Amino acid sequence: MNAKAGSRGLFDWAIVRRAVAESFLKLSPKRQVRNPVMFCVMVGSLMTTGLFVQALLGRGEASASFIFWVSLWLWFTLLFANFAEAMAEGRGKAQAEALRKTRKEVPARKLSEPRRGAKVEMTSSQNLRRGDVVLVEADEIIPADGDIVEGVASVNESAVTGESAPVIRESGGDRSAVTGGTLVLSDWIVVRVTSDPGESFLDRMISLVEGAKRQKTPNEIALAVLLAGLTLVFLLVCATLLPFSAYSAAAAGRGSAVPITILVALFVCLAPTTIGGLLSAIGVAGMDRMIRANVIALSGRAVEAAGDVDVLLLDKTGTITLGNRQAAEFVPAEGVAEKTFAEAAQMASLADETPEGRSIVIFAKERYGLRAHDWRELEATFVPFTARTRMSGVNVHGRAIRKGAADAVEAWVKEQGGIFPASVHAVADTISRQGGTPLVVAEGPRVLGVVRLKDVVKGGIRERFADLRRMGIRTIMITGDNPLTAAAIAAEAGVDDFISQATPETKLKCIRDLQAGGRLVAMTGDGTNDAPALAQADVAVAMNTGTQAAKEAGNLVDLDSNPTKLIEIVEIGKQLLITRGALTTFSIANDVSKYFAILPAAFVGVYPALAKLNVMRLATPQSAILSAVIFNALIIVFLIPLALRGARYRAVGAADLLRRNVLVYGVGGLITPFIGIKLIDMILKALGAA
Amino acid sequence: MNREYIAIAAYMLVILALAKPLGAYVAGVYEGQTPFLERLLGPVERLFYRLCGIDPKREMGWKRYAVAVLLFNVAGFFLLYALERLQGRLPLNPQHFPSVPADLALNTAVSFMTNTNWQAYSGENTLSYLTQMAGLGVQNFVSAASGLAVMAALIRSLVRRESPTIGNFWADLWRGTLYILLPLSSILALALISQGVVQNFKPYVQAAWLDHSAATAAVPTQIIPMGPAASQIAIKQLGTNGGGFFGANSAYPFENPTPLSDFLEMLSILLLPAALCHAFGSMVKDTRQGWALLAAMTLLFLPLMILAVHSETAGNPALTRLGVSAAAGNMEGKEVRFGAADSALWAAATTATSNGSVNSSHDSFMPLGGLATLFLMQLGEVAYGGVGCGLYGLLMFVFVAVFVAGLMIGRTPEYLGKKIQIFEMQMATIVILVMPLIVLLSTAVAVVTAAGRAGAFNPGPHGFSEILYAFTSQGNNNGSAFGGINADTTFYNVLGSLCMLLGRFWMKIPVLAAAGSLARKKASPPSAGTLPTYTPLFVLLLVGVVVIVGALSFAPVLALGPIAEHVMASGSLVR
Repeated sequence: MNAKAGSRGLFDWAIVRRAVAESFLKLSPKRQVRNPVMFCVMVGSLMTTGLFVQALLGRGEASASFIFWVSLWLWFTLLFANFAEAMAEGRGKAQAEALRKTRKEVPARKLSEPRRGAKVEMTSSQNLRRGDVVLVEADEIIPADGDIVEGVASVNESAVTGESAPVIRESGGDRSAVTGGTLVLSDWIVVRVTSDPGESFLDRMISLVEGAKRQKTPNEIALAVLLAGLTLVFLLVCATLLPFSAYSAAAAGRGSAVPITILVALFVCLAPTTIGGLLSAIGVAGMDRMIRANVIALSGRAVEAAGDVDVLLLDKTGTITLGNRQAAEFVPAEGVAEKTFAEAAQMASLADETPEGRSIVIFAKERYGLRAHDWRELEATFVPFTARTRMSGVNVHGRAIRKGAADAVEAWVKEQGGIFPASVHAVADTISRQGGTPLVVAEGPRVLGVVRLKDVVKGGIRERFADLRRMGIRTIMITGDNPLTAAAIAAEAGVDDFISQATPETKLKCIRDLQAGGRLVAMTGDGTNDAPALAQADVAVAMNTGTQAAKEAGNLVDLDSNPTKLIEIVEIGKQLLITRGALTTFSIANDVSKYFAILPAAFVGVYPALAKLNVMRLATPQSAILSAVIFNALIIVFLIPLALRGARYRAVGAADLLRRNVLVYGVGGLITPFIGIKLIDMILKALGAA
Repeated sequence: MNREYIAIAAYMLVILALAKPLGAYVAGVYEGQTPFLERLLGPVERLFYRLCGIDPKREMGWKRYAVAVLLFNVAGFFLLYALERLQGRLPLNPQHFPSVPADLALNTAVSFMTNTNWQAYSGENTLSYLTQMAGLGVQNFVSAASGLAVMAALIRSLVRRESPTIGNFWADLWRGTLYILLPLSSILALALISQGVVQNFKPYVQAAWLDHSAATAAVPTQIIPMGPAASQIAIKQLGTNGGGFFGANSAYPFENPTPLSDFLEMLSILLLPAALCHAFGSMVKDTRQGWALLAAMTLLFLPLMILAVHSETAGNPALTRLGVSAAAGNMEGKEVRFGAADSALWAAATTATSNGSVNSSHDSFMPLGGLATLFLMQLGEVAYGGVGCGLYGLLMFVFVAVFVAGLMIGRTPEYLGKKIQIFEMQMATIVILVMPLIVLLSTAVAVVTAAGRAGAFNPGPHGFSEILYAFTSQGNNNGSAFGGINADTTFYNVLGSLCMLLGRFWMKIPVLAAAGSLARKKASPPSAGTLPTYTPLFVLLLVGVVVIVGALSFAPVLALGPIAEHVMASGSLVR
């Protein structure tokens, strides 16, 4: 579902259609009252509508047609804001519907005790409670979230992750969690249920994507406070203009108090309707962007905190390096020709399907031009790696070639009466010290040389870290390797710091220390032993492949289980805040020009000389006010794409970013409405409405 | 003309040059580092603590601190009120003034307790020397010192980490008075006496007219008021109080006799408010932050000051058309010994700082000159603002600017490592919101009631400006008078008192609450992702926020007042 959602354009016709209908439904006062800015606009619209009716009855404070047009555009302002929110929610709703389909009620085989042979009682997924144990067999849908207690199965989790390739789930270890609604493709598993109905992962996901239970995030609330404060000031500014203008009219002996219609229009133009109308759309769209990145945010707070992160703790394997090591050098033993050694090493690895083995074959081919044979053609027997021998290799035409860790090969060589040369030992030690992994190759009693395997840092990761550094985020690599190995990789990857020989305890301690220093820490994890650290971290991304404990402890779940995702999450978090800040600045900056449009128009009856303030040379007082109101409504529509897509984020320092955004949204916000209002006024004039 | 601007530039340079040494000294006082004066005044300080049973080391949380501020001010109010009401029966009353009427006594007590120093009376024919010295003089010191104390508490809250307390109010109050205000005003008082400012307890002098033609049957001789003026004028200027010993304030020769006394008094207006920026910088251990605030204040002040000076020195076009030379500028309501440029500079400085003392009549300024003084107050008295309160007021704007800027760079906003979150935004919003609410509402009440309308002497936009100025001045605790308004009526006294109280305490309490919350927070160390708050860009952003909030709140009323008056005057339409 997510792949589909990602490719869908910003304006899907079906969503637009539904959003239009929703915009009207959202006019209900119960919903409007949640947003103080827009609620005030609604009260204003109701007032002008009343004044319009009064004008129709012949006792209006201004011409009925003028009041009508003002009222109409005030209502449009509200509808446009509702439309923005509905658009943002629309995509989530479509996804929620798809998810709901997978959450249908399914039969469940409840076991009396947690083993396969136990007594089975047939029931429905609705009746399962936490702690129940169920048996799921091939082609059955897993009835609830849980941990596998017995068995192993391949599971299609596309309903949740959008990824159709099956994954292996097995009891014990870090891949024991299963999600309700996913399909077992082969084999069987016994699952201990970990969630009650209505509280499952899928349920949480549905309510999240729908935005139904969306809680306002702290920064959003703080912004709402500021906006409400400004709205209150503007309300008072406009309300007091009634007595002020009445006093002035009496003093000047000319004109009359400013009509209420104009005061309402002025208020709506001044109130931060642009950001007020788009605020919730921005929040919903931010969550939606997370979902499209295949990350489920279990709290909005986490999304926001992601933007604040100071330190990223990253596991070496899988995040910084590719999960496996690759051959980087062949060091032959004394008296062994380099090519002989290369050939033997390749031979020993032909049947080895591990990435390390394959890399040796490829390295030999590329460096020494040795063609890889098919080991079956050679009539060779493959000797697989076992935990006991800790070696693998081949037996071919009477030759026994083995490769493995130095001590394992040493034992094997000595067993056959050979000697293990001290120089090979020295080479192996040097390789270890430099952060590589030595793999010794021997043929019978004779040691041929050492293959240097090294961790391969992911392409482009160095640049990502440089970006992060510019953003002010430090990266710390966590690895179980010895300090030497860790230092070598850290230097190559360009992380700021590393922790070697890390245990879950050192991770937890590291996070606590950083937090005590006032830093916000983000990390990823998947294992049960990561859970304490995940719970401690401010932003904790759990891998979907991880254990239930890890998923419970994290506040974000990455459905792709891609550890590099953390960087993307930080960017989405920042983008969310930037969009809010940018539109707030834009909204407030807009007000300056609106004063220039409305004030001369409102006061010109009392003090004709104030017409000098009409710097835009708007045609008539009516067209000036109407132009400002129309601009104020239309700007919301024009900014919907920005609200949904989010303001552009670039990995530059804070000062540069601020300069750019102040220029674009602050200065731009000052200038744009002058142009917009003038244009609308010209159009009104051309239409003869002015 | 150019000579005047050179003088203004010199004045600004002296202010900025003194900001560093004085600021560093102030910081030392509030950090409890014993300054050199402590050897001299330390025993006095400790005696005060012993007499009052105060342990200066005992820290207070923000609530205790706020309660102490309030209690102290309430007590000060009652003392002053009692003194005014009883002065007829108390000594040091050579002119035998009767007790002050209740509504005027209320207004005056509130006015001096809140550091506003709005004066609906004339000192020389209302108050005894005792009331002036023991009442107003004392409040001149302690109202300024309590502003300084709240400022010190707020700065501490930004420095401290995870601290439940923000300092001891009594110690802050007393140290500010003893080590900062007393020494400075002693020096200034002596300098003023040397220039001829009176300082005595003599009864008023009856003198024969020098120009006998001025003598009438009703006024056969003239009365020259006396009194302990110099000591009071010094603190009135330094503590941004502004309440004159005499009704004509610093336009009166015995209060401000010479160009040198004028320069010194004017210097004293901006001296502390500017220096406090550097005190802030040194207390937060990053002087760049202090300079940034000083730069922002100066950027807000300069254009409006220049507007005032320019409009006053350009003369009145209505008079120019009648053939009167514009060379001296608009001299109506100004002292000849000061001239137009000096008077305009004073007017700008006094409105910018919530000082409120005057050496000319603001009512007689050209419309744009009047606009400059009005708008300087309507910016919320943050550039440079009152002693202490200007800085904490600006810091509230800083929180808003940091908040908006923080969002724009994608981080939870933080200032000096402290996160600016919901509570801080609530408090900053209250502080910024309350002032326009007070000013606009009270002005509205005045224009819709007959009692309010009766106060204004002039018709048209100028009359509106007069009412607006009165409430702008009181709502911002400035205290300067536009004039042209009959302020000593029950209506203006009571409504004005309310404005001054709300304007003062609805700022102080939220500021202290924000301080309490900030002190409890951890501080995050700066990184490349942290918003730098000392760059020119941030200074401009801060200036933008202050100007836009001020302009958006007050543009309509300014349009109906000075702007309408200006466009009418400049277009041959003069009332």
